[in-house]
Amino acid sequence: SCTASLNEDLKEMLESSKESLKLEAMKRIVGLIAKGKSASELFPAVVKNVASKNIELKKLVYVYLVRYAEEQQDLALLSISTFQRALKDPNQFIRASALRVLSSIRVPIIVPIMMLAIKEAAADLSPYVRKTSAHAIQKLYSLDPDQKEQLIEVIEKLLKDKSTLVAGSVVMAFEEVCPDRIDLIHKNYRKLCNLLVDVEEWGQVVIISMLTRYARTQFTSPWMEGAEFDENKAFYDSDSEEKKDQTEAKPYVMDPDHRLLLRNTKPLLQSRNTAVVMAVAQLYWHLAPKHEVSIVTKSLVRLLRSHREVQYIVLQNIATMSIQRKGMFEPFIKSFYVRSTDATHIKTLKLEILTNLANEANISTILREFQTYVKSQDKAFAAATIQAIGRCATNISEVTDTCLNGLVLLLSNRDEAVVAESIVVIKKLLQTQPTQHGDIIKHMAKLFDNVTVPMARASILWLMGEYCEKVPKIAPDVLRKMAKTFTAEEDIVKLQTVNLAAKLYLTNSKQTKLLTQYILNLGKYDQNYDIRDRTRFIRQLIVPNEKSGALSKYARRILLAPKPAPVLESAFKDRDRYQLGTLSHSLNLKATGYQELPDWPAVAPDQSVRNVEIVEPTKQPKSDDKFYSDDEDEKEEEGSDSSGSGSEDSSSSSSSEGLFLSVRFTVSGAFSFHEAKLMLLVISITNISMTAGFGSFLPKLEFITIMISFFYDFFFFCQHCLFPQNDSKNPTFRTSGISLFHMSFQVTTSSFGPLKTYELLHHMTGKGLSAKYHFPRQPCLYQPSMVAVQVILTNSSDHALEEIHIGDQSPASLNIHCFNTIERLEPGASVTVSMGIDFSDSTQAANFQLCTKEDQFSVSIQPAVGELLMPSTMTEQDFCKEQGKLQGMNETSATITMATANASRQAINKQVLSVANVGEVPSSQNNFSSLEARWATETEATICIGSPKLDRRLKNIA
Amino acid sequence: MIHSLFLINHLGDIFLEKHWKSVISRSVCDYFFEAREKAVDPENVPPVLQTPHHYLISIYRGKLFFLSVIQTEVPPLFVIEFLHRVADTFQDYFGECSESVISDNLVIVYELLEEMLDNGFPLATESNVLKEMIRPPNILRSVVNTLTGGSNVGETLPQGQLSNIPWRRAGVKYANNEAYFDVTEEIDAIVDKSGTTVSAEIQGVIEACVKLSGMPDLTMSFMNPRLLDDVSFHPCVRFRRWESERVLSFIPPDGNFTLMTYHISSQNLVAIPVYVKQSINFFEAGSCGRLDITIGPKQTMGKTVEDLKVTIHMPKAVLNANLTATQGNYTYDCTTKMLVWDIGKLNPQKLPNLRGSLSMQTGVPNPEENPSLNIDLKIQQLAISGLKVSRLDMYGEKYKPFKGVKYVTKAGKFQVRT
Repeated sequence: SCTASLNEDLKEMLESSKESLKLEAMKRIVGLIAKGKSASELFPAVVKNVASKNIELKKLVYVYLVRYAEEQQDLALLSISTFQRALKDPNQFIRASALRVLSSIRVPIIVPIMMLAIKEAAADLSPYVRKTSAHAIQKLYSLDPDQKEQLIEVIEKLLKDKSTLVAGSVVMAFEEVCPDRIDLIHKNYRKLCNLLVDVEEWGQVVIISMLTRYARTQFTSPWMEGAEFDENKAFYDSDSEEKKDQTEAKPYVMDPDHRLLLRNTKPLLQSRNTAVVMAVAQLYWHLAPKHEVSIVTKSLVRLLRSHREVQYIVLQNIATMSIQRKGMFEPFIKSFYVRSTDATHIKTLKLEILTNLANEANISTILREFQTYVKSQDKAFAAATIQAIGRCATNISEVTDTCLNGLVLLLSNRDEAVVAESIVVIKKLLQTQPTQHGDIIKHMAKLFDNVTVPMARASILWLMGEYCEKVPKIAPDVLRKMAKTFTAEEDIVKLQTVNLAAKLYLTNSKQTKLLTQYILNLGKYDQNYDIRDRTRFIRQLIVPNEKSGALSKYARRILLAPKPAPVLESAFKDRDRYQLGTLSHSLNLKATGYQELPDWPAVAPDQSVRNVEIVEPTKQPKSDDKFYSDDEDEKEEEGSDSSGSGSEDSSSSSSSEGLFLSVRFTVSGAFSFHEAKLMLLVISITNISMTAGFGSFLPKLEFITIMISFFYDFFFFCQHCLFPQNDSKNPTFRTSGISLFHMSFQVTTSSFGPLKTYELLHHMTGKGLSAKYHFPRQPCLYQPSMVAVQVILTNSSDHALEEIHIGDQSPASLNIHCFNTIERLEPGASVTVSMGIDFSDSTQAANFQLCTKEDQFSVSIQPAVGELLMPSTMTEQDFCKEQGKLQGMNETSATITMATANASRQAINKQVLSVANVGEVPSSQNNFSSLEARWATETEATICIGSPKLDRRLKNIA
Repeated sequence: MIHSLFLINHLGDIFLEKHWKSVISRSVCDYFFEAREKAVDPENVPPVLQTPHHYLISIYRGKLFFLSVIQTEVPPLFVIEFLHRVADTFQDYFGECSESVISDNLVIVYELLEEMLDNGFPLATESNVLKEMIRPPNILRSVVNTLTGGSNVGETLPQGQLSNIPWRRAGVKYANNEAYFDVTEEIDAIVDKSGTTVSAEIQGVIEACVKLSGMPDLTMSFMNPRLLDDVSFHPCVRFRRWESERVLSFIPPDGNFTLMTYHISSQNLVAIPVYVKQSINFFEAGSCGRLDITIGPKQTMGKTVEDLKVTIHMPKAVLNANLTATQGNYTYDCTTKMLVWDIGKLNPQKLPNLRGSLSMQTGVPNPEENPSLNIDLKIQQLAISGLKVSRLDMYGEKYKPFKGVKYVTKAGKFQVRT
């Protein structure tokens, strides 16, 4: 009841009109969530505040929603429209957080909405929003794996993103959704390598790990014997053809892309982020030529000064590395010395590494260290040290005796754990050279009474039995003692007692026959069935009777066969089957989702898959301008004149001296803007690829493709059409902000004359009246929101036409400024009249009737997007500022293809202007070879921005 | 990647949980508690654990466990580094990282965690960026906010998130422009019974406190950059410039940050500032022991050794200590078995000495091993490696900042074996 009343209080606070009370309530609720207490009852009260203007309140509601939406799916759906609306917000931060929350609400019914939001966000102008969309991909995938194919398309698109902010997140999405689609990486490989240094540190880790796997599928092994490192030689050497014949010996040549990866990751060894350093270290370990791997050593050793947990992981990896490559870490051996203050697992790992690094040269130093460790108060560590000494003794024959003597000294240690461990290790060592060590065995037999640790007792018993001929007097005595205590011993001790009895029976039956039979009888009735089984087996084996005759002949050979000495190996011996730095490596088991590191391919796959069209710096613009005659420019103009006239794809080409030109112009959908005050626009020219050349010298053909993309933000469209219930909330703030920008920019008149003339009415249909129109691209005199249209009316009939005017219009809301009625038009005469049409920033056709005295003809004007714009003068700075505010919810693109040779500023301007009424923004980069040009524009009432990115690539036909 | 986070205090209470994907029951922590039990000492808990359905990666900071739940393969260091970054952020925001401050600031903590990860992948971890989004607590503001309903949360995306210098916030303005750098070197050493140095290395760090308006571009150069052979940098440092000219060139974050760390390995000769003469003996007869420790200056480069302190973790059998110190005070905690001798300033004319008897538990075999001595010390105005900053220049802004560099040498993991 206490919580119930608490909840009532909170509910009341949430429903109050005071913002501060609501906020306080949400803070308490988040406190409950943080403590893991249930607050799900409050869902209806909380969700009401999802659209709050107070950003902190809103964020806390988001926290709540994400936590409880899964439990309260129906109620959660109430909040969806708020997020959909926020996805169109001009503030990128709000768009991004809306997407974050929307995609975190794990309600299957909204999968289509999420998908749509992700796709739109992936095309957002803000890299931060695009980054968020990459995260959302993974969320949607885990909610509904069936969306995989569609999501891969988004990933593919985002992989092409050049923003360092996006790179890490999209590679993360790639790793989770489609890690096997290596083909998506090819074209982005070099870009990722080059961006890597500037990517945020967490993204670096993910990208490096993915590229490690990629490289193992695409390049050949640099570890081949006798590999030569002839990397300075250009790979695409022109004479490589000739050399092909000689490549029987196949000298190894590293793929330049392989080298690129190694070169670009190396500086990251200096990262402050330990995960980045480890990622680079593992990359070098798995990809670099053997002699280069050691450059990572120093950095790894540096990490040992970091937090305890970091040390733990780094030491684990060094342990694996040091087995294969002692030399890498040997110079740093002192960095692995153990301090009494180290945690036990750190000590054990250091010990492991010291043991791995031990060799003839340093063993005496290491053993001196070990002597200190054996005395440690941490007995688990002391025991591990004894094991380590044993390993050193077997691995380095020079010190076997020294170690053995040292261990024997430890047998007199006061600590039983140390003694027991020593016995176990000595037992293993003695097996390697038993003949020389009779006295040690005797010594151990004497210790037997005082040793209580079962493993140690069992070890001594085994030694007695195995070497009973060396201690003929002691062994039977030990057996006698064991007969007394048999029932009280641990199982492993009992088993060894049975073993000892059997061996003595075979070698010294005179003295031990009775004892053995007594022990076998005890074993026969033991509680443990292993011991009963063993006893029965041994009895059949050693005591001859009629049934078992065949086997007992071999009893001696079976029981007293020489046994191979155990090999003392590192626990890290086969950890290298896992990629270093991974969770799987750390746990020594295959973790869920672990991607196997593939083996190098025997033959490298096609290297050209990674080729991308790259821009070669072109000649200086001046020479370009001179070189190209005006004629050619005009020809292009004509080419574009005849095309791009509609809202559908259309293209045409004209060929002059190998020029190829086509314009494709697409308008995606027609939108009705009821309150079309806002339309932000971006023109981006991307992907200019030059594939053509000219003349007979260069066999290459270069083309320029100019893509013009228009990005629309039709916030208001959404506001009204998708969320009509809520249309009074945000727009006020938006509009005021926008009109402010409007004030600061002047509209300029386009320097570009009318290009395209469209037919409005054919003279056949118009009974002699024909009408054509074009867009003069001048500010409309009648109303700023209108687009100016000039109509040329011609009378092709044989009689005069009277009272030419405009009749009914549709849609009814259409705002047209009509021309004054033309009283009379003589046969053969033409007249040009001006109209103003408010298209409401949409490409919806304006339909009206063109009337004469006798007839009415239905005609329609459908504007191309480019004609709805108005050029705007602004500085580059302003441009960039405005560009940053763009949303990019919609996009219109047009493609212009032109010859490289024509890539002068003028020519490109002309091309761009032919499809859209925009103004050029002066660029600070005077060097036109970079081919950056910017255009700014406005729609009727508001500002529009043309963004610029002109990006050229040269497709290298090699 | 990171599915959930649990914060656990030293008593084993979960006092905060946060899930970035669907909710995972806190019973998953039981596996951790089991391992915690087994480890006895919290430092000994393995950082990576496996449970039937999840993996647990934890760090131990300020007597708190930060336990993260993982479901699929991820580089463990990625998670560990992130968890430490979370702890650093708490430290930065609240001045300490303890259960009480976290509980007092639960909402800010939650808001921070919300911004730091998205779907388990780090989103904003730069202190400058976070502080623009979520303001650190401040008494005056919280009073004003309570009255006005104002908020602690920023409404716009911090500039840094988008720019290629995400670590610096935009529009920084100070009346007094200042840039201070602390060069701190810690000596990690193991000295054996006879006084021979077994291993010695230096861990150096340059901490900066930069309060400069606008977009200053700084260049720091050293008298002897060759000492710096193994370094790691804050992302603001231009690496290529370092490679070619051995100068640190950077646009600094606003406020406090670690500019670089460096490591001078045991392959180099490292000066050891003090020597220790000691003898600790335990006698079978009479169940007692004797202790005699003297400390003297060795290579101090003419500077004074301050804040000298010796800590000894005695064997279990030592019940009490009856000692006399010629300088400073000593304490012996019979439950933790820690003997601490706080000496203070080292006077080369009159060396500090601590001697006396130790009473031992009867009937228990004498300890095999003599305990190690851990030394703490501080030397002002000295970087023991010899590193010196030669100049600090600022470009990009017109004003003249106050600049300063301070050096200090400390003992890091400085251990004398006996």
